[in-house]
Amino acid sequence: MTTQPVRFFQVGSFAVGNRLLPSGDRTVQSDADRTNSLDAGHRACQGCGEALGARYAIDAAMRATAGRLLVVNATGCLEVFSTPYPQTSWRIAWLHSLFGNAPAVATGMAAAMKVKGKTDVRVVGQAGDGGTVDIGFGCLSGMFERNDDVLFICYDNEAYMNTGVQRSGATPPAARTATTEAVGSQPGNVFGQGKDLPRLAMAHDIPYVATATVADLHDLEGKVERAMQIRGARYLHILVPCPLGWGSASSDTIRVARLAQETGLFPVFEAEGGQVTAVSPIRHRTPVEEYLSLQGRYAHLFGEHPSLDVIARIQAIADHNIARYGLDPGEHDDAGPEGGRP
Amino acid sequence: MLRQIEGSRAVAETVACCRPEVVCAYPISPQTHIIEAVGAMVKSGALSPCEFINVESEFAAMSVSIGASAAGARAYTATASQGLLFMMEAVYNASGLGLPIVMTLANRTIGGPINIWNDHSDAMSVRDTGWIQLFAETNQEAVDLHVQAFVIAERLSLPVMVCMDGFILTHAIEGIDVPEQDAVDAFLPPFEPRQVLDPDDPVSIGAMVGPEAFEEVRYLAYVRQLEALDLIPAVAADFARGFGRSSGGLVRSYRTEDADTVVVALGSVLGTIKDAVDARRDAGERVGVVGITTFRPFPVQAVANALAGAQRVVVVEKAFSVGFGGVLSTDVALATQRSESSLYTVVAGLGGRPITRRHLETMLAAAGEDQLEVLTFLDLDTGVVEREQARMAAATTRPGPTAEFVLRDLALRQNGEVEP
Repeated sequence: MTTQPVRFFQVGSFAVGNRLLPSGDRTVQSDADRTNSLDAGHRACQGCGEALGARYAIDAAMRATAGRLLVVNATGCLEVFSTPYPQTSWRIAWLHSLFGNAPAVATGMAAAMKVKGKTDVRVVGQAGDGGTVDIGFGCLSGMFERNDDVLFICYDNEAYMNTGVQRSGATPPAARTATTEAVGSQPGNVFGQGKDLPRLAMAHDIPYVATATVADLHDLEGKVERAMQIRGARYLHILVPCPLGWGSASSDTIRVARLAQETGLFPVFEAEGGQVTAVSPIRHRTPVEEYLSLQGRYAHLFGEHPSLDVIARIQAIADHNIARYGLDPGEHDDAGPEGGRP
Repeated sequence: MLRQIEGSRAVAETVACCRPEVVCAYPISPQTHIIEAVGAMVKSGALSPCEFINVESEFAAMSVSIGASAAGARAYTATASQGLLFMMEAVYNASGLGLPIVMTLANRTIGGPINIWNDHSDAMSVRDTGWIQLFAETNQEAVDLHVQAFVIAERLSLPVMVCMDGFILTHAIEGIDVPEQDAVDAFLPPFEPRQVLDPDDPVSIGAMVGPEAFEEVRYLAYVRQLEALDLIPAVAADFARGFGRSSGGLVRSYRTEDADTVVVALGSVLGTIKDAVDARRDAGERVGVVGITTFRPFPVQAVANALAGAQRVVVVEKAFSVGFGGVLSTDVALATQRSESSLYTVVAGLGGRPITRRHLETMLAAAGEDQLEVLTFLDLDTGVVEREQARMAAATTRPGPTAEFVLRDLALRQNGEVEP
């Protein structure tokens, strides 16, 4: 029987399309029986991308493991806003140890499950970008190279938000943070620094690496599900806009996340065994100005005398990403939302 | 049964008898032989089930132990010196979360200057972390303390550190009675965690605690540590019944009855001190020794009782607080604050300097004549010190690194290139 894949283009998201799908294809989030792993009542800011990302990812992991899940959380916004007793919002087995050791703690938890023969119980480690690319990187790299049976999720909001928006190794060029102020001859964060963690993860030849944004729920959940089908070290890097740190409107979190992908600044892809296996092509290629101008952290690039040269350098980064990952819609004429996925 | 065996190997075999389920390894002298031997036992299948994990740092070693213990597995690791400092944040975290991890600390000094040999600087640096710290006098005691450590840790849900002198014990080959598996199984029940990550009964562990409750949470940790002061002697008594030999406990006295002068110390140097005491006793002096086995929690009352009759208390310690003096002696001072005795601190054996019976006897003779300084550095080469101080004082610009000049000074004199 010939089948025609269902494609939705109306609003660029699956929010409407989800209702039209057969129930089995709908998102975990649309399921009334979802775990609600990160429950209501926590203290995240309005429009927090990390709170969304964590709930999406952990609910999906809970479904993929039939609830047989242990989670370790690094210190950071997610840990702080979610836990103070008696308001802990976690409805799962959850541990917080330190800022820089979540991947190693996850290794220990996975080892405990293995030694006790509880191989159905799976382990997820999670951290912000500081806990992943900076202070936690030694432990993360160790967990990767040993290929421990852990899914590690980085909720990347591109700076240390919990301590008041300081630069991390994931802060993009030109972005204003409290330690890369928008002053001097080169305002904001410098060009030519920072870590591309998904590619570093791939360099460890681990079984699965993927990126996602909170703007594409189906894609994010699908990657968590795929990750949980695999044994060994897996890495999921989720872009989670931070209204406070990025200076964007609380109501724009999803829009900003989508633009990060549509501009090419945040490539969304999957890799297995160190090789890219699928990309999410850009559907509406968008100049970086549209993404940058929504965010106060780039406000110094605009105004009466816009820094066209700096914006051009950022556009060049986006263009480079588009070329490197083959994100151009012209290369995928059958480019539905999942057009590049296997 | 006594066997000729290296201390590290004996500890490894004993730890294996305790059936650890997750063991982390990161090499640092002088603990490496222990973790190598455990690794070989896991690889051969002799220790099973057990996950042996080669980690990338001591920070990871303690962190993996935290994860394993929180998930309900019996966790063990070993470290020393810089490694202990590198894992320091996780050391505090393990006790703060109340996780019964057992760790061997093969005592070694802390640099700089870098030095791999024995003293107690590493153990002293973690005295306030909330770990129980036990000190072994001999390799036999080191072995026995590991069996007791798992019992103490798991009954209290607190981590325990077994301190044994690096090289002096870890690398010494001698007759040791390594416990048999059956005896350990009878003594150490399977691990029943007080708190555990369990998908069937999910809890949040390690939540943030603000000013409204932090003091109470820490107070309860203090109270639980104090429970160890009752539990440790009870476990030692059980051990004596089960294994037919005495090990562990809080403090141990040697020839202190009627003693005017009592030496207090930790670890393997107690053996040499006992020899010196025997010699001084033969010469008619009334001297004795109190060895402290349980350093944390500090057994204030037991130490006070053991030192009750002494006129002079001499604390010999392999560590010191730069800018102040003794570390152990401040604890001993608290225990003796209501007595009339005089307290002396003797810093000795830093960075592996041998503590000889001759030095100790000379020191005891001076103490007996009330000629001992309140703070003494045993066997200090004052000539080297004075020459370096003079050189520094004479230098007009950039006198350079002290350690290098001290070494050069010693080498030149040893080679006869400079008149001694």
